[in-house]
Amino acid sequence: MRIRQVSFIAILTVLLAALLTGVLLYDNRLPRPHQFVLRSENHDDLFGVIRKVDQQFLESWELRGLEPSGVASDLTIVRRMSLALTGTIPSLQEIRFLEQQVEGDPVQWWLSRLFEDRRYADYVAERLARGFVGIEQGPFIKYRRRLFLTWLSDQLIGNVPYDELAQQLISAQGNWMDNPAVNFCTVTIAENDDQEGPDEKRLAARVSRSFLGLRIDCVQCHDDFMGGHWKQQDFHQLASFFSGTELSLSGLQDREHVYEFQYHGAEAARVVPSGVPFQQALLPDEGTPRFRLARWVTHPENRAFSRAVVNKVWALLLGRPLVDPVDEIPLEGPYPPALELLASDLVEHDYNLQRLIRVIAASRVFRMDSQGRVDQPIPSEQHEKHWAVFPVIRLRPEQVAGSLIQASSLKTINAQSHVVMRIVKFIVQNEFLKRYGDKGEEEFNLENGTVPQRLLMMNGELVRNKTSNNLIFDISSRIALLASDNEKAVEAVYLSILTRRPVPDEHRYFVSLLSESPEKREEIIQDLCWVLFNTTEFSWNH
Amino acid sequence: MGIDSDGLNPAICSHHKQLSRRTLLRASGLGSLSWLSPVAELLAGQPEVESPRSKPRSMIVLWLAGGPSQLETFDPHPDSSIAGGTRAIQTNVPGIQVASGLEQIAEQMDDISLVRSMISREGDHERATYQVKTGFRPDPTVVHPSLGAVICHEISNRSFAIPSHVSILSSQWPARGGYLGDDWDAFVIYDPKQEIPDVQTPVSVSRQETRMKNLEFVERHFARHRIKDLESKKTRHQATMRKALEMMHSDLLTAFDLGAVPQRELGEFGDTPFGRGCLVAAQLIEVGVRCVEVTLGGWDSHINNHGIQSDRVAILDPAFAALLRRLKSRDLLKDTVVLCGGEFGRTPSINPAGGRDHWPHGFSVALAGGGFRGGKVIGATDPEGSKAVEQPIQVADLHATILNVLGIDFSRKVQTPVGRPVRLSPGKVIGDLITTLS
Repeated sequence: MRIRQVSFIAILTVLLAALLTGVLLYDNRLPRPHQFVLRSENHDDLFGVIRKVDQQFLESWELRGLEPSGVASDLTIVRRMSLALTGTIPSLQEIRFLEQQVEGDPVQWWLSRLFEDRRYADYVAERLARGFVGIEQGPFIKYRRRLFLTWLSDQLIGNVPYDELAQQLISAQGNWMDNPAVNFCTVTIAENDDQEGPDEKRLAARVSRSFLGLRIDCVQCHDDFMGGHWKQQDFHQLASFFSGTELSLSGLQDREHVYEFQYHGAEAARVVPSGVPFQQALLPDEGTPRFRLARWVTHPENRAFSRAVVNKVWALLLGRPLVDPVDEIPLEGPYPPALELLASDLVEHDYNLQRLIRVIAASRVFRMDSQGRVDQPIPSEQHEKHWAVFPVIRLRPEQVAGSLIQASSLKTINAQSHVVMRIVKFIVQNEFLKRYGDKGEEEFNLENGTVPQRLLMMNGELVRNKTSNNLIFDISSRIALLASDNEKAVEAVYLSILTRRPVPDEHRYFVSLLSESPEKREEIIQDLCWVLFNTTEFSWNH
Repeated sequence: MGIDSDGLNPAICSHHKQLSRRTLLRASGLGSLSWLSPVAELLAGQPEVESPRSKPRSMIVLWLAGGPSQLETFDPHPDSSIAGGTRAIQTNVPGIQVASGLEQIAEQMDDISLVRSMISREGDHERATYQVKTGFRPDPTVVHPSLGAVICHEISNRSFAIPSHVSILSSQWPARGGYLGDDWDAFVIYDPKQEIPDVQTPVSVSRQETRMKNLEFVERHFARHRIKDLESKKTRHQATMRKALEMMHSDLLTAFDLGAVPQRELGEFGDTPFGRGCLVAAQLIEVGVRCVEVTLGGWDSHINNHGIQSDRVAILDPAFAALLRRLKSRDLLKDTVVLCGGEFGRTPSINPAGGRDHWPHGFSVALAGGGFRGGKVIGATDPEGSKAVEQPIQVADLHATILNVLGIDFSRKVQTPVGRPVRLSPGKVIGDLITTLS
């Protein structure tokens, strides 16, 4: 080989080594959040509502003769919260940090950290956006999903009241790049269609499902003949609020417009005035149509709105809504425990989303174990249905991807991480998701997994990389290198992947495998990592 | 790239060796493990036995992604102002012409029907793709299954060891199961030259066996004291894993492999990913896969229309023609529906960049195979380039016709997860296209 080639290779090796060292040693120590200590003397009303929520469930269980399960471990609860609010599991680094905290409730402390973490805002923005604008890429010139997401993420980090958020989405004007809230409307503009401007029918459907928890769009084409009371008129009068919304050079504006529609069975189209399907007295008289609609939707007495957001946030945290489907809540009760209580609390506290999340996270139901008590019979479907045991729910594809990537990193991958890590995470996650599948708009689907998903987890490149000889991105090599003894190695693997310690049986078993074959140490750790990645436990919330 | 003495090309001979499933299992001692289901054992012994069907039972979709120009493919208007210089050629059916470049397809026109008057209201790629693949416009209340998923759901063998629904080379929006469930999503593979993704275990068989044993151990802990029948009624995680292992060890996987195909035949399909995809599609249909979608992208010619379209046509022509010839030679054309088309057509007028833009107001699809008359043309577009079409055909009608031909009741309602019953297709049968009405 020529000298030039050798020098080139040498330089390249040095550069790569420098890069590797930089990535490995990059300091992304976790910042300390503002202290949030949940003490009754300064959070009386928070405690009050938590107690009332717990009480309502207790009464429900007593009525049904259901014995609730015990309390889950802190690590389990923290795993649930991380998955629900950031789409990933805690890193080993975060777990060690958490276990060093002595003051206050570790779960509330963890929540405070999450609320300041951009990952929370980005992830919850994506989840909410699926209901607001769907997942389609939309008309490229007039819609920017990325901008919309960033804007929504900013609102969440700033804890903007949810009613203000809803008002902006429904009635924002102007250019979709300068005022990203406008994308809520512009996403519905169809290319090459005869209709100009946003599609009022699609918007009426979005508003009713996303903000009111009502599927009025089912009566777009005919009156409800399946026992409900909605009429076609209800839908089209709602659509009428958007019929004057147009896209001009200065962006989205509202003009005077007469909306006409031919109802099913009618001989001709007729003018449809704007109108709301219930609580008409709450609709203000003044303002543009969209402004009036926005005020009606978010009126403190419009219970449908507050119930809908409570139901959605509950479903985000627990994997299943209080009322199923999440966007179909009856206008009249009876309602399951906690729904009305949380809705009232939300209104009384100015639609503070973070408060709502805190209350739910502190509730008995959220902290419930998904395993029954040892001294009780095995939990039944009824226990799960009525929240007497924490529901076992399949994780969403991006949660599995996020967990897989985080689990193999030991250190937290967040906004402070080295840019190489973040870029790799982004690319790798997208590749994984293409094969794993995306749920799309259907948010809370409880189906079991598919064969291609299992193949991907058993043999796919991502798991293969995480369980092979690759020092940067492979957990098994790093643990084999860093953990001083077999006991610590097994514990580190379990904590990194399943966010728990092994039970004595498991610990004994895997430690003995390592002791019996010290020459195969790395291989055994790799296999343990593979096993844990492929358990039900890893791919499900529990 | 050398060719060995059998005329096989080692470069695309897969690493997946031609071991029978039984051999593999016996060698590893896995044959008697408890996790292997009785059904799997049965499959190891017997090929799929089916009662004879008088109707076709499979479908191949040649998906031309991006919007193929009807004027440069199946609906040329050579002597008009909208031709832009594209010439037409005669086919072996008097009176039917196709665009120049489709010489091989022209020789098979007696097996192909053309619908030149497809119309839709979707001009956006994503929405139009959704509509043509599912037969419905996008709807916030429900995600519709693609045609392939519906067919597989209705008439496939659920214990088939490899997926019944396959998509080859799709880069965006592959066919999916929608409200039928993600079990009916198409299994996506890429260029058949590459290994099938995710079916090779990276470790030795004995090490895999150890992993599975340890996995079972950890799973037992998870199930303890959790709700009754967690695995059998809820997660089905281990059951799905068993099916995945079955697939990994199935002899049927060789249908994805081109190693045994003579170079001459590979050449007939064209030495392109799409050509190889069509060949694999034929192999899959031959072993009993129900629906295969093969994607040829790059038709979105907003600039340089003629250059782009002729490039794509040069890939499409040999592959489509060779596919039909192969199916015919194995007496499978009558059992298979072949659909070729994209999400919309292209504008008759040419834009300043020499391109054509989106045009859902009269685009073409080609149909061949069981139940369809060959050599028929339905509908016509205006040589002056207006939106007026003769005999406009809705996308839903295309779907209803295909389902009908496959013996599926397209008017049947299915309960969707939202509680709303939806017909498999809201369209009606295009009587002129098919040989028998049922």
